[in-house]
Amino acid sequence: MSPTGAGGAELRELSAAEAIGEIEAGELAADELFDAYAEAAGAESLNSYLWRAEAGTRAAGGEPLRGIPVAVKDLFCTEGIETTAGSRILAGYRPPYTATAVRRLAESGARLLGKTNMDEFAMGSSNENSAYGPVLNPWDETRVPGGSSGGSAAAVSARLAPWAIGTDTGGSIRQPAALCGIVGLKPTYGAVSRWGMVAFASSLDQCGPLTRTVDDAALMLGVMQGRDPRDSTSVGIEAGVRRPTRGDLKGVRVGVARDFSHHAEGVEPGVAELFERTLDLVGELGGELVDVELPHAEHGISAYYVIAPAEASANLARYDGVRYGLREDGEGELGTMYERTRSCGFGAEVKRRIMLGTYALSSGYYDAYYGRAQRVRTRIAEDFATAFERCDVIATPTSPSVAFELGAKSKDPLAMYLSDYFTVPMSLAGIPAISIPAGLAEPAGGGPQLPVGLQIAAPTFCETALLDAAHALEQAIAFDAHPGRRDS
Amino acid sequence: MIDRDQVLHVARLARLELGEEELERMAGELSGILEHVERIASLNLEGVEPTTHVVALENVLRADEPEPSLARELALEQAPDPDEGAFRVPSPAG
Repeated sequence: MSPTGAGGAELRELSAAEAIGEIEAGELAADELFDAYAEAAGAESLNSYLWRAEAGTRAAGGEPLRGIPVAVKDLFCTEGIETTAGSRILAGYRPPYTATAVRRLAESGARLLGKTNMDEFAMGSSNENSAYGPVLNPWDETRVPGGSSGGSAAAVSARLAPWAIGTDTGGSIRQPAALCGIVGLKPTYGAVSRWGMVAFASSLDQCGPLTRTVDDAALMLGVMQGRDPRDSTSVGIEAGVRRPTRGDLKGVRVGVARDFSHHAEGVEPGVAELFERTLDLVGELGGELVDVELPHAEHGISAYYVIAPAEASANLARYDGVRYGLREDGEGELGTMYERTRSCGFGAEVKRRIMLGTYALSSGYYDAYYGRAQRVRTRIAEDFATAFERCDVIATPTSPSVAFELGAKSKDPLAMYLSDYFTVPMSLAGIPAISIPAGLAEPAGGGPQLPVGLQIAAPTFCETALLDAAHALEQAIAFDAHPGRRDS
Repeated sequence: MIDRDQVLHVARLARLELGEEELERMAGELSGILEHVERIASLNLEGVEPTTHVVALENVLRADEPEPSLARELALEQAPDPDEGAFRVPSPAG
């Protein structure tokens, strides 16, 4: 039998692929691994889970994932298990069905470990917008884990889950992965089914893995992706997803856009320095750095904060106190019931985005805002297409800063939105992008070092090439610090 | 840029009831965000097609075959006020 430390601490150091290997070799029992995680999750102090499976829960674990536990963002419907989307309006809601992505994981042998905390309806970059309290960053509990998949990122980083799924609309997988020092992959729009995923902005929402290694991300995406007749926008990755093995970048051209890199305004010095050092590795690995231009990427935030709220304002119209979720008393009048239910059930950020979206779509403003933003979106996608004629992948920092302090941006919505500066353009273009740990850097205001993410993006459905490049860089960076061990 | 009355109008469209304080705060916050968004007003976008969908898909069709749908009792299980197999709501007229 394998060694078990206090609370299965050593077992919880294994990546998902390593644990599967040990289970296959008969050196580890899937039940033992599950219980180690369930006990650790049950004793957590980060508020990363909203629901946890009990230790001792037994379920079948088939091929190829062999009973590996998985944490699932609370945005995914799970049959009979409370699904809140981080909102008060869905408190107590038990869906009658399970999301396709979660079902595919279960059918591949994964076992549900818990549902993770998140910004309400996935709207936020700090997890402070959860109706169930903020998630704390395991590296420094006075700081945010990022968002909106902050619970998933914190749980994976703190060894409270071997891996997790999240959703990314404008950076909600990549930014928290960066701030928590783990891997986060947003696949091409359409790679994974959105069925059973509570909708935020339907033309942007995409499900993806949060893991400790690039290989785990490939493994998880491989079982989740594919066309789903219940989501007509899903197409799957036709060529499949190959597990990455590359240790070099020979023949790979890595594009860097000067104005959309560490030279951009507002990038913390520690982040910029680490990004530059990571670029040096490209040459050492046999790759080639190429200058590219992404002239419209800087307008990503403007376009995104019209398009996403507009779609959200329509999607969230369904929360009306009629079919499920909260209902407030309307003194016998339907309209009053709607208004009171929604005003009481939604948090401040969700109301703000519904208002922004409703305004942008309202009569007289549609062309000036929504129509224009959709055209900027086209420009951004064209910029990427042009850049990819000269390079195979594009590198940027994932986030302009390391994890910021709780409350630092919660009074300033625009400052919070700018946290997504580097991640939003890829979402608007629908292309895949991954964040991997680049190392640790000191925050701008001083203090202990915190994780920094490197973002790599690739053309639509080129996940295998993206994962290969990320794997080569991951091996060269050799990041092995985690919240319990900073001396990487 | 967006005043209290406009906020009130939009809140009605969105079926949100905002308190006095919320109205004032929202007017300031939305104006700040819209000011940033306005940066795209200076871009030349003549002849640029709007993107409604990032993956080139057209007419996703399927065979029209009946499948079992959600059972009525399951669909009603989470309803705040189910009544005789239906969702009961207050009167629209009050």
